[in-house]
Amino acid sequence: MIEVRDLAKTFHVGDEDVHALVDVNLDIAPGEYMSVMGPSGSGKSTLLNMLGLLDRPDRGTYRIDGIDTVPLGEEARADIRRRRIGFVFQAYHLVPRLTARENVELPLTLGGVAPAQRRQAVDDIMRRLDILERADHVPAQLSGGQRQRVAIARAIVMRPEILLADEPTGNLDSKSGEEVVRVLEQLNGEGITLLVVTHDASLGARARRRIRMLDGRVAVDERG
Amino acid sequence: MRVADLLVFALRALLRQRFRSAMILLAMAMGVASVLVLTGLGEGARLYVAGEFAGMGTDTLGILPGRYDTTGGMPPVMGTAPRDLTLEDAEALRRIPAVQNVAPLLLGTSTLSSGARERDGIVVGTTRDYFFVRAMTLQRGSIFPDLPPEAQPPVAVIGPTVSAELFRGDNPLGQWLRIGDRRFRVIGVLGEQNKFGMNLGDAVFIPVNHAQALYDTQAMFRVLAQVRPGASKARAADDIRALLTARHEGEEDITVISPDAMLKSLDAILGTMTLAVAGIGGISLLVAGILIMNVTLISVTQRTEEIGLLKALGAGGRTVRLLFLVEAGLMSLAGALAGSAVGLALLALGRMAWPSIPFTAPLGTIVAALLVAIAGGVVFALVPAGRAANLDPVVALTRRR
Ligand SMILES: Nc1ncnc2c1ncn2[C@@H]1O[C@H](COP(=O)(O)OP(=O)(O)OP(=O)(O)O)[C@@H](O)[C@H]1O
Ligand SMILES: [Mg+2]
Repeated sequence: MIEVRDLAKTFHVGDEDVHALVDVNLDIAPGEYMSVMGPSGSGKSTLLNMLGLLDRPDRGTYRIDGIDTVPLGEEARADIRRRRIGFVFQAYHLVPRLTARENVELPLTLGGVAPAQRRQAVDDIMRRLDILERADHVPAQLSGGQRQRVAIARAIVMRPEILLADEPTGNLDSKSGEEVVRVLEQLNGEGITLLVVTHDASLGARARRRIRMLDGRVAVDERG
Repeated sequence: MRVADLLVFALRALLRQRFRSAMILLAMAMGVASVLVLTGLGEGARLYVAGEFAGMGTDTLGILPGRYDTTGGMPPVMGTAPRDLTLEDAEALRRIPAVQNVAPLLLGTSTLSSGARERDGIVVGTTRDYFFVRAMTLQRGSIFPDLPPEAQPPVAVIGPTVSAELFRGDNPLGQWLRIGDRRFRVIGVLGEQNKFGMNLGDAVFIPVNHAQALYDTQAMFRVLAQVRPGASKARAADDIRALLTARHEGEEDITVISPDAMLKSLDAILGTMTLAVAGIGGISLLVAGILIMNVTLISVTQRTEEIGLLKALGAGGRTVRLLFLVEAGLMSLAGALAGSAVGLALLALGRMAWPSIPFTAPLGTIVAALLVAIAGGVVFALVPAGRAANLDPVVALTRRR
């Protein structure tokens, strides 16, 4: 489903070039569970942002189901993001003035889904993630684990095929982190393609496929 | 995104930034209110003047001795009159079919007295027609009897102030009023509401034949000619000019003025003034617009992370732009509505304080001010909203704070 060829990205900081991605090649099949590890600054987040269409590469192709996304316009990319890709960030990125429910609802709202349908979908997902009773709280009133579960609910409410998580447990204690990972793995069990960037070796080891980034390259790619 | 969702989202963002929204609202409200109040003042002045002229009767032509250039529009003040305008001239005007009523005016000031009480007053010598031309109302008594001008008895119709001062509580009707060294029988008292740019409370109206004797002159101050309904004023003026020229041995030594023409030029002056004054109000709208632009810019900067998130969730640049424009539009709308309310309230207060001046903002102005305010708010938000729309999602999300 995902086909990355010779993807490259260089940041220019001052008069220095930072090669965040160097000719990355990667194929990801539907339903895969892949962890991305590597030292800080090795390009993990950059890779994930590329896969999530949040950033554009300097070179290379990135196909989703055969469609090259690199030359697409911004509106078309936004459309793919909305329908096919879910994001979970380390910093949650919830809208502070909106309640948990409204945060989860946001992709549906932005997509123009009717309120009645929205309510149904949001209730289902929040119940599944065990945050329904917190639906009317604003993020400031939620624990880190609850916030991340709200963020996950928001990421999957549009039923995307790909779920990208950048250090989803980075801000959580081990118990909350464990819960969050279990939710993600459960979703993967139902068929979603899951990519998790993590610094936690034991967490990374749980994935069926594990890649290691080093200086913008995929250094290790192992399965099983 | 659905319109209702868009509105709710924008509204909540505004409520989140209460102080900032309140400032914009205030600026917008002040802009709109000042436009409305200033136009209201101008419009009030215009209507007031128009009303005064209407009281004078726009169907009435004024005939002055002497020739003046009236194209300037303002009433002539100077000039020489080679030949008098006489009562006979005035009476001759009755032969013109388009002329309905003719009222010559001979003005003077004299000491008015009754018994031991006396005061100075304006004496107006005229004919019975005058009361019709000016649509005068009496609070009691009657106007001059239905007799030819030269056969009028010595009677007087007096202004309310004269009546109150000279006769106190007594009924003035039937009493003698002394004007200079002559006596007149009071037959009527004017109503309070009669005024045409001058206060008639102090005036006394006597038949013109007695005024001629009192002031020992045949010369009329001016003659008023009321044009028959439906008849052309221009034609009537031409006829009057021709007739009087013929009577004055072929010399056109009179001037016919039409209140219409004066009103028109006054109206134009006042209209221009209103526009200028509204323009000053418009500047405050401009200031409000610039404020909106700045505040929206700040808002975009502070909400960079949120914008990045919305984009990550699949909002296109169009949706993001729309969100910020709707915010600006809503704020402008609220400000404009508040401003109209304040402006209209101030105008209503003005009407209460000065009942004679009709301070009103025309509906068109209100609608225009509202539209300009809202459109202005949105236009000024275009730049910052565009900046938000073009934000790179990854930069917005990973911005170092
Ligand atoms: N917007 C940017 N501007 C300049 N340099 C950047 C930018 N984003 C990333 N980089 C640089 O690119 C390289 C890769 O960054 P990236 O964030 O992908 O690393 P990472 O593997 O996610 O690191 P970490 O584990 O610390 O999150 C780093 O050297 C980083 O400094
Ligand atoms: Mg990272």
